[in-house]
Amino acid sequence: MSGTGELIATGPLVSVQAPPPRPAPVARRLLGSDLIWAIAFVLPYAAVLLAFVAYPVGYALWMASKPSLYAELIDDPVYLTTVVNTLLFVGLGVNVKMFLALLLSGFFMRRRWWIKALLVIYMLPWVLAAVQAFISVHWILIGEMGLVNRLLEELFGIDGPMWFNNRGLALGSNIAAYIWKWMPFWTVIFLAARMAIPQEIHDAAEIDGATGARRFVHVTFPLLANLYLVCTLLSTLWTVGDFNTVYFVSNGAPALSTDVLATLGFRYTFDGIKPELGLAAMMSALPVLIPIVIIMVRRLHTREVQL
Amino acid sequence: MSVAAAGGELFRRRYRRRRLFTEAGSMVLGFVLLIWSLLPIYNMFLIALDPEEGEVEFTGNIVPPEPSLDAFGVVLTQDDRYLAQFWQQFGNSLYIGVLTMVLTLVIASLASFAVGRMRLGKGRWLTGAALLTYAVPAALLAIPFYRAMHSYGLTDSPWAVIAAQVTLASPFAILILRHYATLIPVELDDAARIDGASAVQLYLRIYLPLMAPALAVVAIFALVLAWNDYLYQILLLNAPGKMTVALMQGHLFEDPDAAWNAMMAAAIIYALPPIVIFYALRRYVTAALTVG
Repeated sequence: MSGTGELIATGPLVSVQAPPPRPAPVARRLLGSDLIWAIAFVLPYAAVLLAFVAYPVGYALWMASKPSLYAELIDDPVYLTTVVNTLLFVGLGVNVKMFLALLLSGFFMRRRWWIKALLVIYMLPWVLAAVQAFISVHWILIGEMGLVNRLLEELFGIDGPMWFNNRGLALGSNIAAYIWKWMPFWTVIFLAARMAIPQEIHDAAEIDGATGARRFVHVTFPLLANLYLVCTLLSTLWTVGDFNTVYFVSNGAPALSTDVLATLGFRYTFDGIKPELGLAAMMSALPVLIPIVIIMVRRLHTREVQL
Repeated sequence: MSVAAAGGELFRRRYRRRRLFTEAGSMVLGFVLLIWSLLPIYNMFLIALDPEEGEVEFTGNIVPPEPSLDAFGVVLTQDDRYLAQFWQQFGNSLYIGVLTMVLTLVIASLASFAVGRMRLGKGRWLTGAALLTYAVPAALLAIPFYRAMHSYGLTDSPWAVIAAQVTLASPFAILILRHYATLIPVELDDAARIDGASAVQLYLRIYLPLMAPALAVVAIFALVLAWNDYLYQILLLNAPGKMTVALMQGHLFEDPDAAWNAMMAAAIIYALPPIVIFYALRRYVTAALTVG
């Protein structure tokens, strides 16, 4: 059996879980020592939020509040390229990764011993340390002696391209490395969700003649749709903050044309010694990110009501 | 032969052919996934097993010509100028990783227990605010975080990195824990209450043991997060004695003069702790589920 799947399998992330028989909520108020304990339990996390989120974010807003910073950004041609790169990296990376993860989670549902063994290997990229893994990807692709180009020549007699001399190829390499690293994590989330779908639903669908692709479109996907949306939004937020992939795979090559906001902000701060400008560059993503969080929290909330 | 029998035969043959196709298809897919997953890992071993010191680009082989474990020996004995402090750096990384894991478990489980099980009235706001953290991407939070640590007097301290990682891991941890907790009937708490259990006893004796599978997920997630980090470490750590493996390797990643076989051997050794914990906890979780 696949332990990784079961790891989260019982988590009620899917809306099909039968609602637990719950008594009408008793208006029970916390009293006396219980209230004190509850507050004491929440206190550590509240302190974390206040000290390590609220204060730095407030500081960031104050640092990046000068309008002239944004004028300076717009004037920098690298910034505009970077915005396009970020859209491509996040948009393609997240969506291709999530869609493949959803499909592959179906593949890993199959009950074959070798598929279970494969899942164990397939999870490796996720637990591998990012810096080292991406350095390895960098070495695989670089120059004529990189493993990929050597394989291309040995197996097919093709002269591989110089991956980091071409903006499209370098961007594609970043996206592929990102998918390689993070697809396993989401595959397991979807695998767990699929395992939580009661078998009766599949049986009923089969009697109605829905098998294969039709079952996926009309039965499985609608059941997972809400989870899929929430995961995609969460992954989008995480990916905008992803520094390692681009920094270690292409490192902006060729000529800073494949940077994303996360790495450009870093370059402004360190190479340009302009932390305010680095912050402003990242801040410019907030108008997109805040609505994403709001949709995500509301989606989570609706599901909680359904349960 | 009757028509029906012929039809049945045809149907059976078609069914068999379709099964064969699916089987062959999934084998091809499995093979592609295997290569895809292992290629960068294979490359690490390819470079690490090469006895020649020096540039990676010189090897250019698909299989190691004379595989040797010398590079691992160099790492073990720290016999290279870049790896002279490897085990100290490894210890620093472990310190940050393990403390991130433990603190995330404690802080997130306490908060989810209070909000989800003790029905703390305004607790929902806290978990909502937790998710709002992710509106600020990790890379954006890093710069003001650095300034904030300055004002807290936590410059050049591993605790600053731990604080950052716990901050980033907790919202997801709380999300997972709160969802998993809905599977455990509240009646259990009520029954224990009648028997005179206090809030602390409920947390320790009922909540934590029953939540073990979700806690295992959170532990792995937090450890992997800390293990992946480079940005916060480079911002928050300066002194050579505080260096971590990720920092050391990240600094050198485009340095052709580094002994890359030893560097890759070091990378493989560094990769082991999360893998070990992942597979160890995986088994534990499975056992916990089948017993429960």
